[in-house]
Amino acid sequence: MKAKKNTLLKIYSALIFLFLYAPIAVLIIFSFNESSSTAQLTGFSLTWYEELFRDAATLSALKNTLVLAVLSSLIAGLLGTISAVGIDSIRSKRMRRLTKSVTNIPLMNPDIVTGISMMLLFVFAGRLLGRSGVLGFPTMLIAHITFCLPYVILSVLPKLQQLDPNLAQAAQDLGCTPFQAFIKVVLPAILPGVVTGIMMAFTLSLDDFVVSYFVSGPASQTLPIRIFSMTKKRVTPDMYALSTLLFLAILLLLILINFAQSRNEKKAKRS
Amino acid sequence: MNQKPSLGKRLLAAPHLVWSALFIIAPLIMVVYYAFTDGNGSFTLSNITAIPDYADTFVLSIWLGLLATVISLIIAYPLAYFISQSKLPVQQTMIMLVMLPMWMNFLLRTYSWMTILEDNGIINTILTSVGLSSLRLINTRGAVVLGMVYDFLPYMILPIYSVMVKLDHSLIEACQDLGGNKWDVFSKVILPNSISGIVSGITMVFVPSVSTFYISQKLGGTSTQLIGDVIERQFMTANNYHLGAALSLVLMVLILVCMAIMNHFSDGEIETGRISA
Amino acid sequence: MKKFFSLITAIVLAFGALGTTVFATGTTEALDPESLRGTTLYVYNWGEYISDGSEGSLDVNKEFEDRYGIHVEYTNFTSNEDMYAKLISGGANYDVIIPSDYMIERLIKEGLLAKLNFDNIPNYRYIPEEYRDLYFDPNNEYSVPYTFGMVGLIYNTKMVSEAPDSWNAMWDEQYSGEILNFNNPRDAFGIAQFLLGLDINSENPDDWQAAYEKLSEEKPLVQSYVMDEIYNKMENGEAALAPYYAGDFLMMVDNNPDLAFVYPKEGTNVFVDSMCIPANAQNKEAAELYINFMLETDIATANANYISYGCPHTGVQSNPDYEWVGNEILYPESVDFKTDYFHNLSDETLSLMTSLWDDLMVEGGNNTGVYIALAVIVAAVIIIAVVMAVRKKRRANIDD
Repeated sequence: MKAKKNTLLKIYSALIFLFLYAPIAVLIIFSFNESSSTAQLTGFSLTWYEELFRDAATLSALKNTLVLAVLSSLIAGLLGTISAVGIDSIRSKRMRRLTKSVTNIPLMNPDIVTGISMMLLFVFAGRLLGRSGVLGFPTMLIAHITFCLPYVILSVLPKLQQLDPNLAQAAQDLGCTPFQAFIKVVLPAILPGVVTGIMMAFTLSLDDFVVSYFVSGPASQTLPIRIFSMTKKRVTPDMYALSTLLFLAILLLLILINFAQSRNEKKAKRS
Repeated sequence: MNQKPSLGKRLLAAPHLVWSALFIIAPLIMVVYYAFTDGNGSFTLSNITAIPDYADTFVLSIWLGLLATVISLIIAYPLAYFISQSKLPVQQTMIMLVMLPMWMNFLLRTYSWMTILEDNGIINTILTSVGLSSLRLINTRGAVVLGMVYDFLPYMILPIYSVMVKLDHSLIEACQDLGGNKWDVFSKVILPNSISGIVSGITMVFVPSVSTFYISQKLGGTSTQLIGDVIERQFMTANNYHLGAALSLVLMVLILVCMAIMNHFSDGEIETGRISA
Repeated sequence: MKKFFSLITAIVLAFGALGTTVFATGTTEALDPESLRGTTLYVYNWGEYISDGSEGSLDVNKEFEDRYGIHVEYTNFTSNEDMYAKLISGGANYDVIIPSDYMIERLIKEGLLAKLNFDNIPNYRYIPEEYRDLYFDPNNEYSVPYTFGMVGLIYNTKMVSEAPDSWNAMWDEQYSGEILNFNNPRDAFGIAQFLLGLDINSENPDDWQAAYEKLSEEKPLVQSYVMDEIYNKMENGEAALAPYYAGDFLMMVDNNPDLAFVYPKEGTNVFVDSMCIPANAQNKEAAELYINFMLETDIATANANYISYGCPHTGVQSNPDYEWVGNEILYPESVDFKTDYFHNLSDETLSLMTSLWDDLMVEGGNNTGVYIALAVIVAAVIIIAVVMAVRKKRRANIDD
């Protein structure tokens, strides 16, 4: 009985994974297509992988995307950690709730509203300052930091709350400055939260299209924006080639992380 | 003695507060400002009074978003349960497999659904080659819902999984010891304990589904203009920021109301973090 | 052989130079491209509207970068209206834009274009007389023609029962779900106006209302409203009929020989797309250098071959490398149907058109079912909420 139920569940999960991966499989298959069609297979070739490395616009979009994701996740990580420490020390309940709800706004708001509200702000500010052409890399960076911040804060806060407040006090009693106490006692304890937050921020920034679409300028095309403008005419399979490469890179990375984790666990068990 | 460091610490919240005021609150004020002014910057209600023209669009967006959310929940819940009950290495692999598609650009993933669903696409080619007549799959509302479910399903699986994995097994045993049957175990232990995951999953699927414009553009035909499409057009083509801002404002309020209703049902507690697994 | 070509070129040059003496009278020194090295030029153009290096063509932007050391940031828009919205938002600055006639008229009227310094664009001499002093820029101050063409009806011969000769085919119910239409108001309304025999530049609201009703009647038959997405849809046989620009048809038929093209008998829109410099351009000299570069015979030929639109350039027309010379779709010998340019509309008509277009986009589909379903759900939620509240209260009472 139980075995039967299990096979049923296994088949069910397999179907869902099929659903999740079917379009990705299509995408990978078409990246090896001979012709430029994204609808009809004509033969096997590696042309699109060669084409990819000649496509300067795509490569520069890739570079923009990565730079933006690294910068915004790191800045959001730093700012978010500092803010989480600050929010954690707010004693007034009302103030705490207010801060938290403001932090949550970008989480609750549809991306399209976040995007256009920031665009309106930038354009309005530009008009006040008498400047045009305000949209560009800096505005994108600001927008990305803004929607990444809550994720960092919300993953650091719980770690801070688990922390024994007396620990930092003890360190200070033993002669540490508050800053030293933070670095030596608090930071190691909340580090997993900070790392998770930065990872989340990085992922979100990398994949974001909607917010970037509204706040980007002509010189700051990211990969999602380039892909969007391509889907407005023809998507060339070199985009598929790029996605396939990225997919493999991430797959490899995740396998490595998994592998390292399970080895650590084994080690921990042995000792 | 306890007060002094606390003051310095509290100042650490200042950068965040300034940032929030500048880049969260101020932009929302801009939306309100644009919604209530006309091209000359003078106060007007005409943008707001134009909203009822778009009632159909709002209703359609909410309906399709709701459908996508419910379908995702129905699909995701058993899977999340199954994953949480698996052995640890299997669990890790499966969660990785759920997360992996999120790293692929969702525009391209949606685009490749076009290749699958088109009149001469993969499904119809298979159908006709086995002698069946082809179906009209793309440019339908069904295709749009499919796109939504597909794109946002991981956001439903992950939070539900992350609460289920924390579920204390002794609770289930206790329920069984007290004579509870399978249904009791589900309705009295598993379901109430996974509510917070369900609620955050619903939020993370419903909000982007209701406000999407890309999915409806690619997979929907002419009868699936969603509110996201209308808003996008105001900003990108029609150059009517004021109407666009008014529509965004209404969309935002509608979503906040929906969220508030849902939070009321779940008594707060939302599992945040999209990939908290 | 080579000598022969250069002789022709020389003749053409001399010929062209006669017409441009007016512009040669300026006393300013010709621009020194060296001083612009290292700067960035923002070019905003239609999609598929430049030779971009694919399929062995010349990569025009790269060629410009290599020659002058000026970095080109090249981005695309999908319609004149999109371009206008981006331009006026103040969010982005561009140095070179390539809008169509009626949009240029509007931009000039609103003071959004800069006057060109033709001393920096000596290659303007290649622009033939009939493409100068066009109605939207009567004194030739703001624009340099890039392409011209007409809108026609593209159809898939395997999917239509008989070759269409009228816009009416787009209203034919037997093609329901296989018809595409423009995703921009001006072109879409234009078709309805031609079909109804109305003036495409009418300032009479009733005319626009009538055209709107015509489009509204068509909507249930339309698969989707598209711009360059038409390429994939027509090439892959996903749609039977679509109105589009003649030049694009020539690109599509290359990939799908089943496609055919016709200029409908009711008449059609003629357009000229021209290179312009926005008033707030940050790198105007480089922009003029770019425009001049685009007019070099080799470059213009590469572009004309690639994008296959009509090319208003004497050098290209006499260049043996030009593939489309005398093509009957691009350069029809006789035009026995009505043709008309789009003109800029008054603000009132523009806003009427935009709001009618918005209505057209959101209407349609039967939503009664949706309303009923949602009403049921809302009712259910209310009932559950009430039941839960009552239960809670009861429990609280028991606890007391």
